[in-house]
Amino acid sequence: MATFRIWRGNADAAQFVDYETEVSEGMVVLDAVHRIQAEQANDMAVRWNCKAGKCGSCSAEINGQPKLMCMTRLDTVPLDEPVTIEPMRAFPLIKDLVADVSWNFKVKERMKPFAPRPPDTEDGTWRMEQEDIDHVQEFRKCIECFLCQDVCHVLRDHKLHDEFIGPRYLVYAASLEMHPIDTENRLEELKNSDGIGYCNITKCCTKVCPEHITITDNAIIPLKERVVDQFYDPIKKLFRVFSR
Amino acid sequence: MTQHPELTLTESRPFQTQRRDTWWVQPLAVFIGLSAFIIYTTFRVFEGDNFLHGPYLSPFYSPLLFGTDPYSVDHSWFGMMPNWMPGLITPAVLILWAPAGFRFTCYYYRGAYYKAFWADPPSCTVSEPRKGYRGENSFPLIIQNIHRYFLYVALIFLVILSYDVWKAMWFSNENGEETFGIGIGTLVLAGNVVFLGGYTLGCHSLRHLTGGIIDLLSKAPVRRQMYNCVSCLNRRHMLWAWLSLFWVAFSDVYVRFIAPALGQDWITF
Repeated sequence: MATFRIWRGNADAAQFVDYETEVSEGMVVLDAVHRIQAEQANDMAVRWNCKAGKCGSCSAEINGQPKLMCMTRLDTVPLDEPVTIEPMRAFPLIKDLVADVSWNFKVKERMKPFAPRPPDTEDGTWRMEQEDIDHVQEFRKCIECFLCQDVCHVLRDHKLHDEFIGPRYLVYAASLEMHPIDTENRLEELKNSDGIGYCNITKCCTKVCPEHITITDNAIIPLKERVVDQFYDPIKKLFRVFSR
Repeated sequence: MTQHPELTLTESRPFQTQRRDTWWVQPLAVFIGLSAFIIYTTFRVFEGDNFLHGPYLSPFYSPLLFGTDPYSVDHSWFGMMPNWMPGLITPAVLILWAPAGFRFTCYYYRGAYYKAFWADPPSCTVSEPRKGYRGENSFPLIIQNIHRYFLYVALIFLVILSYDVWKAMWFSNENGEETFGIGIGTLVLAGNVVFLGGYTLGCHSLRHLTGGIIDLLSKAPVRRQMYNCVSCLNRRHMLWAWLSLFWVAFSDVYVRFIAPALGQDWITF
């Protein structure tokens, strides 16, 4: 038997409730939540889908750590005390373990889309070197679980959702900005409306990413450096003036 | 089924978290490590003495622009420290702003000391002691964008420190002749260059300048090679940062305390 302390309620009134349930070898946290839902709390809301760590639906905070419930094995969690399970705190609560993540999709809508150069051949296709595409391939692994958004203190603690797009969309911006056939320039938006300067490199996003994307080192810092090139480096500015 | 209305979802108090692990260990270790380094460095910088022993020059005082006595003047670039220079200005004060600035604006150290010294945040998913936040979006932390300029200076320092290692291989004998040798101090100073090299050449800004800025690296094979080398070092940037920080302090400790106590420490070939 193990005790699970689960957040129950909605935005108006909610609290932690303890449930005791049987656990067995090989179970993940989501299995335990499903068992509690089936046996003790039929009305408990929990979002899930693939149970394979690929859909990004079952994001939650397990003992204070943002994780996918389906990928967190119970043998990695201390069971001698209650296991707390909460919804993601960076987003408004809908019910129980389900948070409203729709803000993320609105952010994506306002970002400049992929703008490829004209096709390289008459059949409308492009030619790319593998090593050039390797640069951005890592970013395509994102499953949009939003754990990185949840752990980011700029969104979580300071609620700067209107001024900062968060690590997920900095990764998205990097995947477009560094793409070998993309022609768009997104640096002005990154500096101003996307608020890349708010990131203070805590690397929490990298630590929680279930796809092990090196978010800070490979996406955010390279974008910050590009923003420095464009806006803060006087010598680069001088070069641009003379190379026009 | 037990209800807990006393537990809230919103972390309203500073340092509040549901985490069960020892999240405070890492920021505390960073706080202690950096504080110890800053305290020792401040002492040595303002001591203004005991930075030369034989051919060994403490990295805190390299490049030695001005000497403070007849012995150090021989090793200095521009002779004796001018009389008009205020007493607090030691040879180290004149140069240490560069490596200090490089480390202060380093992407790794920024993330580390924001947590350890400003609790911004104390650790991941641990609530903060203050409400307001401006990040690096506005003054004063927007100045961190100067990092690449400190990198340029740090690269020059790396060359100078390498030359110091060469000079640390030439010892004066009883007749005043210089003979080649390798002492423990030579190895200590060489280790300093290796660790500082690993740290400086793995810098995020250097990674950007060598190849990060280019989307079509396949068309720039030399820069691609450089980018790959820098990226390789960059993957262990934190390790290099700490190794180099510890070793630069140890190199100074060696020149200041250990080498004089050991006397002749070299092996002449």
